[in-house]
Amino acid sequence: MLCEQCKQRPATVHLTKIINNEKTELNLCEVCAQQSGMDWGMLFEPNFSLQHLLAGMVENDFMFGKAPAKGPVCSECGLTLADFRQIGQLGCAKCYEAFGGYLEPLFRRVQGSLYHTGKVPKRTGGKVRVRKDIESLRIKLQEAVRCEDYEQAAKLRDEIRRLEKELG
Amino acid sequence: MNFREQIQRILPAWASATGDDGDIVLSSRIRLARNFQKYPFPHHASDSQLEQILEEVEALTAKLSQQKGEYKLTRLEALTPVERMVLVEKHLVSPQHVSKPAHRGVLLREDEVASVMVNEEDHLRIQTILPGLRLYDALELAFQLDDEIEAFVDYAYDENRGYLTACPTNTGTGLRASVMLHLPALAMVDQVKKVLAALSNLGLNVRGLYGEGTEAHGNLYQISNQVTLGHSEEDLIGKLISAARQVVEHERNTREALLKDSRIPLEDRVCRAYGLLSQARLITSEEALRLLSDVRLGVDLELIPKVNAQAVRELFLLTRVAILQKLIGKELSPAERDYYRASVIREHLKN
Repeated sequence: MLCEQCKQRPATVHLTKIINNEKTELNLCEVCAQQSGMDWGMLFEPNFSLQHLLAGMVENDFMFGKAPAKGPVCSECGLTLADFRQIGQLGCAKCYEAFGGYLEPLFRRVQGSLYHTGKVPKRTGGKVRVRKDIESLRIKLQEAVRCEDYEQAAKLRDEIRRLEKELG
Repeated sequence: MNFREQIQRILPAWASATGDDGDIVLSSRIRLARNFQKYPFPHHASDSQLEQILEEVEALTAKLSQQKGEYKLTRLEALTPVERMVLVEKHLVSPQHVSKPAHRGVLLREDEVASVMVNEEDHLRIQTILPGLRLYDALELAFQLDDEIEAFVDYAYDENRGYLTACPTNTGTGLRASVMLHLPALAMVDQVKKVLAALSNLGLNVRGLYGEGTEAHGNLYQISNQVTLGHSEEDLIGKLISAARQVVEHERNTREALLKDSRIPLEDRVCRAYGLLSQARLITSEEALRLLSDVRLGVDLELIPKVNAQAVRELFLLTRVAILQKLIGKELSPAERDYYRASVIREHLKN
């Protein structure tokens, strides 16, 4: 396959961009890819990655409020919001807190959600898991009451109490 | 050591095996991104911190369940460039991972079904790979290893955001589930792009394995989930599986239609491919993949008698640049590779 731009060199860089269900594909040689990287709103490196695309999105997402020049700084690792915009990667786990509100638009846009509903670590996530268990038991309890299955409801109520005690 | 033993030494068992819908689904892979709470993410960590992470992983290696095979941590720096590329070709590490081998490692289970990239974009990337469409099994294996590691490591985890990762595109489950599909019939009738474009509307990523948008590279396509936050791992995988099943069905229907309407041209195509593979003296890796794709289709449809399906499956990997060199046992120039590749193919198809 030849490069779509110069139609001379073989296409070795293949880009797919999907935004709002619209897919754009580009097959370029290394030379043209370097140049068109600008048009695609990302810094092009031979190892092109999603991060650069992301960094561009954060940029746009910050239009809502004027963050200070460098933005907040993570007290743990020293990464600034400006750094994050540039590299598209956070510095450490604490950055999530340090940049909290600033990241929300990004999560909404990229992930379509702000809240994790999947696996919880067995050991360190103990309390979180108990809380999630209680939540799902409460739903079952409501269901049992609705169906007038009071025996089951009593069991569920006891179980919820037991778990709540566990949480302390 | 005979040829068969040599191959077994180089290829993991899953590469020779097949599974559910294994004629079209080559493999199912799971990747979980995990990080230590106490260290900065790899790109922001110092060399000594990266080294400490490697040491922690090394220390916990012995404590992992060795039931399914021994775990061993390999430092990428200790490998030759060809050996590192072999890992990439087997999908055990990423190209980015080997591009900076210092302070990077890979934890491999003997059978290579389970592995962990250490200090890639995240501290740990737990990976499992199985033949055929077996994502739930692969997820279960990955969760087991995840739990075993978590017994010794405080993960970066937040109640709301889930598992915290260097890149926000992985936050939450840290899950990337993917299937590798072989779609020669859809490619023949020029339908691949249409079918796969529909998938991107479902929040799935599609990539050609050996060059995006190109048909010439073995007709292999990878589908994976795009989103990692807001859905459980099982939900994300369920969606991927149902999409994969639909694509499989399209491919099967197209194969049947081709058999019915254009049997002779189809037979001609796959048998010619077999003729070239079994006779060529020089062959590039691209040409090999293209022909292997045709032959594989011919074997699936029983159009080429007496060809060993397993041998064809194995050749997809054996003809890769680095794996080939590993098999031959020395570094080869590009011209030499084409020669040895052709002879490995001839030899393997004969057996």
